[in-house]
Amino acid sequence: MSSPTSTPGGRKRGRNTNPPTPSSEDPTSPPSQRRRGQDSSTGDLMPMPTSPATDMLSPAAPQDTSLFSSPRPSVQPNEVDMSSPLMYGTPMRGTPARQRPDLGSVRKAPQVDLHSEPPSTDGAVASEPNAGQRLVIWGTDVNVGTCKEKFQRFLQRFTDPNSTEDENAGLDLNEPLYMQKLEEISVVGDPVLNVNCRHVQSFDAELYRQLICYPQEVIPTFDMAVNELFFERFPDSILEYQIQVRPYNALKTRNMRSLNPEDIDQLITISGMVIRTSQLIPEMQEGFFQCQVCAYSTRVEVDRGRIAEPAVCRNCNNTHSLALVHNRSVFSDKQMIKVQESPEDMPAGQTPHTTVVYAHNDLVDKVQPGDRVNITGIYRAVPMRVNPRQNNVKSVYKTHIDAIHFRKTDEKRLHGLDEEAEQKLFTEDRVQTLKELAAKPDVYERLSSALAPSIYEHEDIKKGILLQLFGGTRKDFSQTGRGNFRAEVNILLCGDPGTSKSQLLQYVYNLVPRGQYTSGKGSSAVGLTAYVMKDPETRQLVLQTGALVLSDNGICCIDEFDKMSDNTRSVLHEVMEQQTLSIAKAGIICQLNARTAVLAAANPVESQWNPKKTTIENIQLPHTLLSRFDLIFLMLDPQDEAYDRRLAHHLVSLYYQSEEQMEEEFLDMAVLKDYIAYARTYISPRLSEEASQALIEAYVDMRKIGSGRGMVSAYPRQLESLIRLAEAHAKVRFSEKVESIDVEEAKRLHREALKQSATDPRTGFVDISILTTGMSATARKRKEEVAQALKKLIQAKGKTPAMKYQQLLDDLRGQSETAITKELFDEALRALADEDYLTVTGKTVRLLA
Amino acid sequence: MPSTQDWINDPLAVVEEMFAASQNNSNSGWETKAVEFFQDQLKERDTHTLVPSLNDVPLHYLKPNSLVKFRCLIQDMFDPEFYMGVYETVDPSTKTKVRMLRCGKYKDVTECGVDFNSRNTVTAERQTFYCVPIPGENPWVKEISSSCLTEARVVPSTSYAPSRQKRSYEEDDDMDTQPQKQREPHAGMKIPSEHHGNGDCKRQETEAPSSQTASASHLDLNFPLPGEKGPSCLVKVYEDWDRFKLNDTLEVYGILSVSPALSALADEKDASSSLLDPAESMETAEEQRVHSPPASLVPRLHMLHAKPLPHNNPLLPSAALEDNSAFLSSTLSEMASVREEILSYFTHVLLGDALAAEYLILHLISNVYSRRDVLPLGKFTLNLSGCPTVASYTERFYQIIQQLVPSSHYLAMSLQNMNQMRLVPKKDYVANRLVSGALQLARNTSLFLDETQLEQGQLDTTGVRNVTALGNLISWQKVDYDFNYHQMEFPCNINVLIASEGRSLLPSDCQIHLQPQVAPSHLEESLSSIHMHPQASSQLNKFRIYLSMARLLDYSISDEVTKSVEDDFVDMRKDDPQSISAEDLHRMLVVARLLSLSLGQTSLSRDSWLRAKHIEMLRRSRMEQHKCVNGNEP
Repeated sequence: MSSPTSTPGGRKRGRNTNPPTPSSEDPTSPPSQRRRGQDSSTGDLMPMPTSPATDMLSPAAPQDTSLFSSPRPSVQPNEVDMSSPLMYGTPMRGTPARQRPDLGSVRKAPQVDLHSEPPSTDGAVASEPNAGQRLVIWGTDVNVGTCKEKFQRFLQRFTDPNSTEDENAGLDLNEPLYMQKLEEISVVGDPVLNVNCRHVQSFDAELYRQLICYPQEVIPTFDMAVNELFFERFPDSILEYQIQVRPYNALKTRNMRSLNPEDIDQLITISGMVIRTSQLIPEMQEGFFQCQVCAYSTRVEVDRGRIAEPAVCRNCNNTHSLALVHNRSVFSDKQMIKVQESPEDMPAGQTPHTTVVYAHNDLVDKVQPGDRVNITGIYRAVPMRVNPRQNNVKSVYKTHIDAIHFRKTDEKRLHGLDEEAEQKLFTEDRVQTLKELAAKPDVYERLSSALAPSIYEHEDIKKGILLQLFGGTRKDFSQTGRGNFRAEVNILLCGDPGTSKSQLLQYVYNLVPRGQYTSGKGSSAVGLTAYVMKDPETRQLVLQTGALVLSDNGICCIDEFDKMSDNTRSVLHEVMEQQTLSIAKAGIICQLNARTAVLAAANPVESQWNPKKTTIENIQLPHTLLSRFDLIFLMLDPQDEAYDRRLAHHLVSLYYQSEEQMEEEFLDMAVLKDYIAYARTYISPRLSEEASQALIEAYVDMRKIGSGRGMVSAYPRQLESLIRLAEAHAKVRFSEKVESIDVEEAKRLHREALKQSATDPRTGFVDISILTTGMSATARKRKEEVAQALKKLIQAKGKTPAMKYQQLLDDLRGQSETAITKELFDEALRALADEDYLTVTGKTVRLLA
Repeated sequence: MPSTQDWINDPLAVVEEMFAASQNNSNSGWETKAVEFFQDQLKERDTHTLVPSLNDVPLHYLKPNSLVKFRCLIQDMFDPEFYMGVYETVDPSTKTKVRMLRCGKYKDVTECGVDFNSRNTVTAERQTFYCVPIPGENPWVKEISSSCLTEARVVPSTSYAPSRQKRSYEEDDDMDTQPQKQREPHAGMKIPSEHHGNGDCKRQETEAPSSQTASASHLDLNFPLPGEKGPSCLVKVYEDWDRFKLNDTLEVYGILSVSPALSALADEKDASSSLLDPAESMETAEEQRVHSPPASLVPRLHMLHAKPLPHNNPLLPSAALEDNSAFLSSTLSEMASVREEILSYFTHVLLGDALAAEYLILHLISNVYSRRDVLPLGKFTLNLSGCPTVASYTERFYQIIQQLVPSSHYLAMSLQNMNQMRLVPKKDYVANRLVSGALQLARNTSLFLDETQLEQGQLDTTGVRNVTALGNLISWQKVDYDFNYHQMEFPCNINVLIASEGRSLLPSDCQIHLQPQVAPSHLEESLSSIHMHPQASSQLNKFRIYLSMARLLDYSISDEVTKSVEDDFVDMRKDDPQSISAEDLHRMLVVARLLSLSLGQTSLSRDSWLRAKHIEMLRRSRMEQHKCVNGNEP
């Protein structure tokens, strides 16, 4: 019962902690007392019909009925209520308690306040020590003493050696966790203690149950306990106000959709997205009245939004002489926040639900529209009155959540911390099925065939995309100054139009939770990265993020990659290797994380793939960009009969098989989704000794192939790709170790992709330099030969300092056996010019000698 | 067993009776029993025609708290609400504590003197859907379905004429209070409330006739299509609301509630009420207006039973076809002949182009029957290019389609329309509702895009977004609703027909260039003569039944035919790999499917496959031809 400021008033006379003594006989208090007596059997809290704190209706509290056999139930709450504020005030040494409207003390105020006032407090002092230990808070099974003791024990003993939470960074995990946090509070002076409910649960399940069922009573008890403990430990520390306990991560973390009447007045945690915040609402906590006749003043607590204006001045006995003085009344901050279900946990075909959340005091303005948050709070329901003068009530309750704790789920992205710990809950069963699936030897094939079953064959491409979905292990070398290494696999699909590239992209986009789908034609550089715009309401500049940033930790699908403007494409350079986006616009300079895997699709320039040309020539993309793709696949229309037959069969069956038949054959999309999410969250494979050897060998082999023909056939980038692919493959198997089979598959896939995309059409050899330098080694060789031939030709002409360009070309053509294109000739001239052998000015070629 | 009139006129009494009976034994499950009772009643032959329909009968002719039905589309889903399922009333005037257990289900407002602290209160949950009449429903559907209901309509309009409404309201009131043994103590309490009720009744009475027109001015009823009229409804759903999806079409049977106490506007007048209840003042005025509009404009409907509608053609039995084998077999045998008639009619409409007429039939009976991951199967968007631009041909053409399909919408793709119209529904967070757009359509609605209206000019941002939305709709049969912070994809099933001069800028499954068989000089003449063929209504009805039927038939491919289709495909590829791609096979399979269905055959025969191949060939050769003439590279 964190009653408002009046509580410590008995201890220390603070600013407004000085309730005048006569107020205990205040005319306002009797009504509430009377009501209590009258309705004692049914509770005294009108607006909360199912409140476990006030009546016995809550299904969660049937066991309490026994407590009710007491003939005078109305006595019990009084005593406990009186006792709690007293205890609350005891160890504080003058630190004022701060009211907690989040716990509903606003509504409970009369109950608490009445007894926290000095006269009644005095009475309680005597009764407390002997009665306190056996009593429970009325309407619950919470015994203040035991509860406090338990919580203190929890604080003193609880350790979580395996903690991975970022809050605990820098704490000694083997020492009691919360004691360290208390120490932190004493140093920092921010009197808020966040308690993970899951810790409480693992420590004492009974305490946890009480916390969930009776948060309104248990949390103040926790407050008391922690303050006692704190001031015992750190008697000298000075805090602004007493420590408040903010539990979070109640195990009942649930979807907004599953909230139901049974959750009313319980502690819940829901996740959602903030869609609207109201302005700050000052809510009166305590009205200050002054008599116009004798200037006698009195305070009245707000009870359910109403102030019972005292009709008679207690000092001079004049009636209706009291007036409200606004400036001396006590207000607290309040804000209404609308939260909407996050799009991920919504069933298809329904619209998202919204819930109203009230934030109080320092939680006001903690969240902004658009934030993804986990909210822990108490679920409330209040009946709506149609007309205050009529007793006619709409039979509907208004529901809201009084927020106790906010946790932004996307906060980490701003801090750049590891987001692998993203909370995605898996039930035990689910984990079990996933693990069973992972244990199957053909899991890799199974998963890849489950990927976009409507798209026929292209097995290797599907496998590649599967590995992309899993991604490599993120390695952080920023400590040694080398920054992050990319873990995401980038894939480019190119090929004939109408080979269902877009369909694959659509599928992937639908599969991953944080996917973005854009079309190269329609997106500008700003649309992809981020742009600065003026907020129409506040006139402030705000940074709006584009597709690449939005798909951080997801996959960005870019269709019609080739139709993108050069300008737009250039931003991809940074994203695809450094995984960041730098922005310097309108005075905003920042670097955003864009750890996104890029899945792009490109069409050949000539609308049909020309097998006589290289990949680069076909899709006209700069090689600097192409080399950033780990895998480049060609989706061509293979033309052979067996393929045609299988394709036809596949398509026809698509049209007549029923939904169920298809389901049987393939994995459910939901299972696939969960499988990927689980692997991404919990599995981070490392290279085994054996695997590293295999990788080294593979790389050396790749280099060797080329060196025989005098060209470089692999670069470190390819090695990195191999590592990523091998890691991803290990993830598919749920293996924490990358083994040689992973490397084998990575090698195979990489080779397949290369075979498709980097084969030199002239020689038929796989030539990596097509992708890395944009030109095949043979083409380069040919260029040199032509240059040499040209040089010879010129030398043969003897001492002619200047020649006609066209004539030289004709001469060379006449001499050469192979066809010399104009481009080739130009290249040769340029090469010779580089050697300072000649210069070309306009249409004449001059020799330099 | 209550008589028919009872359960239609006063369903609440039935519910309450069951509730009262259940009080003796706690596990009676009266709620399911009540729902079952109404379902059983409605299952009986023709009883559902006795229930007045909100679609046809003006609201002020309907008796409050009676059973009504409503043919509608779920336009928006509001948040679930908690209500007092069971509560106890105490009479405040006497201190004698006369306690009454009441049932709050299927009601909006409680009785007087609720004891909030009663331990017998049961809080329950219900869901609210905002429902609108099926968008684009054509006049003939409305006409026929209301004529089916003549009986039901006559009853309320005579016996519940506006002049008697006040009376009925009172009677109703009496009925509710009758079970109370102690009526005397209530008298003091009742007078003011009754007075209040009467006043409202009177107001309602006088305002009712004009309410429909007045509504549009200050209250946006959020119809997907502009210019729509009709009642919209807040449907309260009590049982498994998860099975309903946005844009589902339903026939809802429920208890009509028009209690004036529901009006939020009344609250607004009384500013003090909002001051006193801080929770209520948190809602914006817009939100209140949307979520609790005056009941006289947007009545509440407490759902007892809902029937998902597979189609909204009143000429067809609404039950599943399998249950109606007699109807099925009689129409099936006629299908081939009706097809001939409709083909010749369409040929006439399409200026003598029989091939285009054939494709038009296929288009009109197409239906997304399944989805394979992202790929919708069965859609058949037709682009009818080469439409004459004279004599508003496209509009006439649409009028003919409108006469044949149950719901349709004409969207002129003029630059102004594209730049200004709201096609995609958008969430309005201030009012907390989904603001509808023209693409929020029920399944199997025909969307007629008239591209001949498009002129040169610049598309602005909205325009580009609208065109993209149309493109997405055509290729994936989905609409991405705009939720401001994110988009949400809603699958849809809309038949899109694009009429254009050249090849449309939108994608399509199939393009056919119209080849008028009349000389250009006679074009105008023959265009104006199209309308000169007023079809006999019996013939029109035949066509209507035919088109809806063909869409509902089952379809399968036998193994032998599968084999021969595969062989065909392989052979065609062998001759010329470029001639047929996977996409062409996709299309041919759809054409073959639709062709079989249009002939009333439920499985693909070799003949139909060959015929499908043949017409596809004809179409393609025409396209080639046209390409050569036009040089217009696609």
